[in-house]
Amino acid sequence: MTTTSRTSATPATTVPGRRLGPVALGLRQGRLELRQFLRSRESVVFTMAFPVVLLLIFASVFGDEIGGGVRFTQYFVTGMIASGLVAVGFQNLAIQIPGERDRGILKRLRGTPMPQWVYFAGKVIMVGVIALVETALLLGTATLFFDLQLPATAARWFTFGWVSLLGITACTLLGIAFSSLAQTGRGASATATPVALILQFISGVFIVFTELPSWMQQVAALFPLKWMCQGLRSVFLPASFAAQEPAGSFELGRVALVLSIWCVLGLVLCLTTFRWTTRRDG
Amino acid sequence: MDDQLAISVRGLRKAYGDTTAVDGVDLTVSRGEVFALLGPNGAGKTTTVEILEGYRRRDAGEVSVLGIDPDHADDQWRTRVGIVLQGTGEFDDLTVAEVVHHFAGFYPAPDDPDKVIDRVGLVDKAKSRTHALSGGQKRRLDVALGIIGRPELLFLDEPTTGFDPEARREFWELIRDLAAAGTTIVLTTHYLDEAEALADRVGVITGGRLVEVAAPARLGNRENALTTVSWRTPTGEVERAESATPTALVGELAARFGGEVPGLTVTRPSLEDIYLRMIGHR
Repeated sequence: MTTTSRTSATPATTVPGRRLGPVALGLRQGRLELRQFLRSRESVVFTMAFPVVLLLIFASVFGDEIGGGVRFTQYFVTGMIASGLVAVGFQNLAIQIPGERDRGILKRLRGTPMPQWVYFAGKVIMVGVIALVETALLLGTATLFFDLQLPATAARWFTFGWVSLLGITACTLLGIAFSSLAQTGRGASATATPVALILQFISGVFIVFTELPSWMQQVAALFPLKWMCQGLRSVFLPASFAAQEPAGSFELGRVALVLSIWCVLGLVLCLTTFRWTTRRDG
Repeated sequence: MDDQLAISVRGLRKAYGDTTAVDGVDLTVSRGEVFALLGPNGAGKTTTVEILEGYRRRDAGEVSVLGIDPDHADDQWRTRVGIVLQGTGEFDDLTVAEVVHHFAGFYPAPDDPDKVIDRVGLVDKAKSRTHALSGGQKRRLDVALGIIGRPELLFLDEPTTGFDPEARREFWELIRDLAAAGTTIVLTTHYLDEAEALADRVGVITGGRLVEVAAPARLGNRENALTTVSWRTPTGEVERAESATPTALVGELAARFGGEVPGLTVTRPSLEDIYLRMIGHR
C-alpha cells in the first residue's frame, strides 16, 4: 500500500536491535498514559476540575466554626484532598480500565511482548503525577481563597507525605481491583461513582465526622477514606482539634495500620482478579 | 517437533458450556506458508486462532506454535508472533503515529514505524486521533500493529472486514509482500476470493470441524469435478450433461448440430459452489 510517502513529524522512539530497558519501558508507558489522560476532556474535567469546583462551592457556603477554633472550610479542605486522591486513584482507574478492556486495548497489549508490569507502571505514574497536581491545585485554591494554613513543621509535612502516599497507593490498587468487577466499560462509571460518593458522605468529607450516627461512623471506619481524612486533619488542623476526633486523638498509628491493610488487600485482589480480556472472550 | 512446521495442532477441542466450538481439529502449517481458515460465522475460526495465539485455553489436544505451547507462551515468544485480532481497537485520544511508535518500542527489532504506517496506507492519517478513523482505517492500524514487530508468524482474524474493494486489493498486496519475505501467515476469512487469492492452502472449518484442507485449486476435488455442459435441443428444451471430457462432448455436439451449438454453456463448479456444498448449503 505505497502511496506518496511523507515523513511523519513524530521522532523515532526506538533503537532497532535491542529492546528498551525496563526503566525506559515504564517511563514511556507513563508518558503515554499522561498524554491520554490530558487529552481526554472527561478525565480532566471529572477527575481534576471537579474536586476543585466542589471545594469552591462548599467552602464558600459553609464557613461556620465547628469547634476547637476550626472553621468548616479548613475541615472540608482536608476531606477534599483525600477525596481528590480517591478520584484520581480509585474512580479514575475503576472507570478507565474497564473501558480499555472493553475496547480490546488490554487484549491487544497482552498479545505484544510488553511485560505485564509495564501497563501497571504506566497507570501508577499517571496516577502519581495527576494526584500531585490535583493536591497542589486544592492546596493552592484553599490557601488563596479560604486562608488555609500550610503545615508549618517538617513533622507535619512528613505526616502529609506518608498519609497521602499510603492513601493513593490503596486507592490505586483498589481501583485496579475494582476494574475487574465491571462487566462493561459503560457500567463501570455507574458502579464506581456511587461507591466513592457514599464513602465521602460517611467518612467526614461533606459532613463533620463526629456529627454522623455512630453506626455510620463504624461502617466508615472499615474503609480507607475515613482514615485518610483523619490523617490529613492532623496535618492541617491545630493539634487542639484532636480532642474533637471520635477517639480524642488523630490516631496516626491506626491510620497507618488501616491504610496498609487496604494496600495489601488491594494488591492481593489485583494479582488474583485482573483480567486482560472481557468475559465474552472466554 | 518438526522445525519446518510453524504450527502443529492435534485433536484440538474447546467447548463453552454445552456448546462445542472446536471439535477435534488437526492442522499443520509449514514455515513460510500462507494458510487460510475459511468458514462461516460461528464455525470455530476465531476460537481456534485465539487458542493458537495464547488467548484461550483449550480443553484437549496438542498445540505447538513456533515450537512452543501457547498456553505457556512468554514475552520472548510474543516478539516472534504478530496478532491482528478480530475486533478493531481504539486508543482513545492518541494519534496513529503515536500508537505505532509506542508499540514498536515493545519489540527488540521493530520495523520503522513511519514505513509501516506508509505500508498500510495511513500516511495521510498519521496525525489523526485513532477514534476519528473510519472502520477500514482502524483495521489498517490493527494490521500495522500486527506487523510492527516484524513477526515470523502473523495471525490475521478476518483482516479485511470493512475494507472497500480497492483497500482489499492493496491489503492483499501487503500480505503477498510479507509472505514473499518469508513470514508465515495464518488468516481467517469468510471471503472465498480472499482465501483463493492469498492462501497456499485453505482449511474449511464448519461446526468446529476441519472438513477439508487443500490448495485452493484442489479444494473439494475441484480439478477433477465434472464439468456441466448445457445446450438447447431443436425443440427448444435445455439439455444438460455432466462430463469429465467436456471438450470431446462439445466436439460431438458441434458435429451433431453441424456447426454452432445453440445456447452452449460449459461450466466448472466454482470454488463457491464447492465451498457452499462443504459447509452444508446446497
